[in-house]
Amino acid sequence: MTGVMARLGAALFAATCALPAWAAPAVEQTEQQGRNFHAIAMFAVFVCATLGITYWAANRTKTAADFYAAGGGITGVQNGLAIAGDYMSAATLLGLSSLVYTKGYDGFIYCISFYACWPIIMFLMAERLRNLGKYTFADIASYRLDQKQVRTMAAIGTLTVVIFYLIAQMVGAGQLIKLLFGLPYWSAVVIVGVLMVIYVTFGGMLATTWVQIIKACLLLGGGTAVMLLAFSQFGFSFENLFSQAVEAHKDGIKIMGPGTLLADPVTAVSLGLGLMFGTAGLPHILMRFFTVPNAVEARKSVFIATFCVGFFFCVVCLMGLAAMVIVGKNPAYFEGGNILGKMLGGGNMPAMHLAHAVGGNLLLGFLSAVAFATILAVVAGLALAGATAISHDLYANVVKGGKSTEKEEVRVSKMSSLVIGVLAVGLGILFEKMNIAFLVGLTFGIAASCNFPILILSMYWKGLTTRGAVWGGIVGLVSAVAIVVLSKSVWVTVLGNAAPIFPYEQPAIFSMPLAFLTAWLVSTLDRSPRAAKEKEAFADQLVRAQTGFGAAGAARH
Amino acid sequence: MSSEIYEKIRRNPRFIEMVAKRNRFAWTLSLIVLVLFYSFILVVAFFPKLLATPLWEGATTSVGIPIGAGLIVFFWLLTGYYIHRANKEFDKANVEAIKEATR
Repeated sequence: MTGVMARLGAALFAATCALPAWAAPAVEQTEQQGRNFHAIAMFAVFVCATLGITYWAANRTKTAADFYAAGGGITGVQNGLAIAGDYMSAATLLGLSSLVYTKGYDGFIYCISFYACWPIIMFLMAERLRNLGKYTFADIASYRLDQKQVRTMAAIGTLTVVIFYLIAQMVGAGQLIKLLFGLPYWSAVVIVGVLMVIYVTFGGMLATTWVQIIKACLLLGGGTAVMLLAFSQFGFSFENLFSQAVEAHKDGIKIMGPGTLLADPVTAVSLGLGLMFGTAGLPHILMRFFTVPNAVEARKSVFIATFCVGFFFCVVCLMGLAAMVIVGKNPAYFEGGNILGKMLGGGNMPAMHLAHAVGGNLLLGFLSAVAFATILAVVAGLALAGATAISHDLYANVVKGGKSTEKEEVRVSKMSSLVIGVLAVGLGILFEKMNIAFLVGLTFGIAASCNFPILILSMYWKGLTTRGAVWGGIVGLVSAVAIVVLSKSVWVTVLGNAAPIFPYEQPAIFSMPLAFLTAWLVSTLDRSPRAAKEKEAFADQLVRAQTGFGAAGAARH
Repeated sequence: MSSEIYEKIRRNPRFIEMVAKRNRFAWTLSLIVLVLFYSFILVVAFFPKLLATPLWEGATTSVGIPIGAGLIVFFWLLTGYYIHRANKEFDKANVEAIKEATR
């Protein structure tokens, strides 16, 4: 068994998602457990409800605007919940709570790093995204630049992020279902793939949004319930909780301050950059800003999302701390009843064991179902973002030069989501036994170094030209990939070399400035007549960015 | 068609003033968040002991806890403040600029 554990190394923790590779304290393969019928039944209820919603949404999804952006008819509050849903993954629930459980305060620092991007998105991006974009962030990047080149670049950035993120989610789903439901790996991958394609092709953005909203409410509700039940055992006193946690933890009082996880400043700052600006470059999150009717609702949605994410991170931290006492001192949750040994089901289980300890099998089943539903909702959002990049950016605007009909575009989009679904299932099965901890770090690195620089420069810097945007994007993409491949997480862990060529695992602190510098340098040196025109067009773009006058897709519902 | 209207809006002095104000406001708030967040990260990297100091004598709770929680709450309040000013002030200037230009 240990041999299996050592040989196989898919990381549930990092794999389950938004959590980057460097956040993974333990990389492990899960083992199939006994069937959990509570969890399976509750998950079945979730699936039925979401399929009902998809049927309802399908009748309301006729045009391209419906399909890509739910007709711009989502309210700020709904969209805020959906954004929070896109951001709070199974990794947030399981991974971050286990990080707090093992490392204490270091886990809290991660939570804060994950959170700090939201105010920046509010101040600098939300309104402009809404006012300038239609369906994809490439709409904004190519607003005054060359449609074909910039859209192709943006679509490559989007698809790379989507595919890597999808593989990570798929492998995470497979590991999770073995652990929580007691079903085989492949069944999870196929279930996730099939449902994702159904949601996206039939229900488009409307169904995807509602799946996300329901999941966000379940996750917030379930997490809060477990936290409150656990916290009540400490009389709702923080000091009481902390002192008992310190007493129970092997590191004692050290868990109340920063530990070794972020001791290296380059790693710490790079982590912060990657998380902050990577989030601001995730295509499925950016796409959410086009589903609201105007800038007012876009702002409201970030406000709601920021609240939900911040609240949930606090809940997760409290869960981790309470688990130190309630789970950590209970031999029933450890292999062979040894509380110094391995936890049953692996290192990502404190939140689940805590749910069992305070609420029995029913609460455990509920939380398991929610964790799986969470993956399902996130992959649906990703698949839609990928399909939109293919149909709206590549097909309609690059191949057809903007001359395709809406009907064709939507048809291509549905076909693309099918292809993405098949690809995701295939890759999910292929990657089962690979160590994929690096994938999430890579995803955030690319989003921060390729998507984000192009997007923010196109919105804020008059001088950006097509050449600058394309070269900046290429340099960001290539350098982020190169750094991750040459670092320990791929070069040593996956490829089996003795020592890494590049000492740091976080690409952002290097690749982001490289991308910006390239975009600036190439744009500044660009003396072509096209460049002059592009710079001139910024003035009109700025008016629309500020006022929303002429913005696409106002609400029709 | 819209190019002419954009031109008019662009020349509207109240629009120009609003853009300058909004830019200053948005960048100031962003700077506050960035400076606070990266100072926190640098304290974590260079002076971790600072955050581990007990909140009061004999307490288990360290100063890092309220500081971290404070950052989360403060950042959220800042987003609320931004919305408040954008809804009240900036949007009004926008509506007027558009109205004047399309008259």
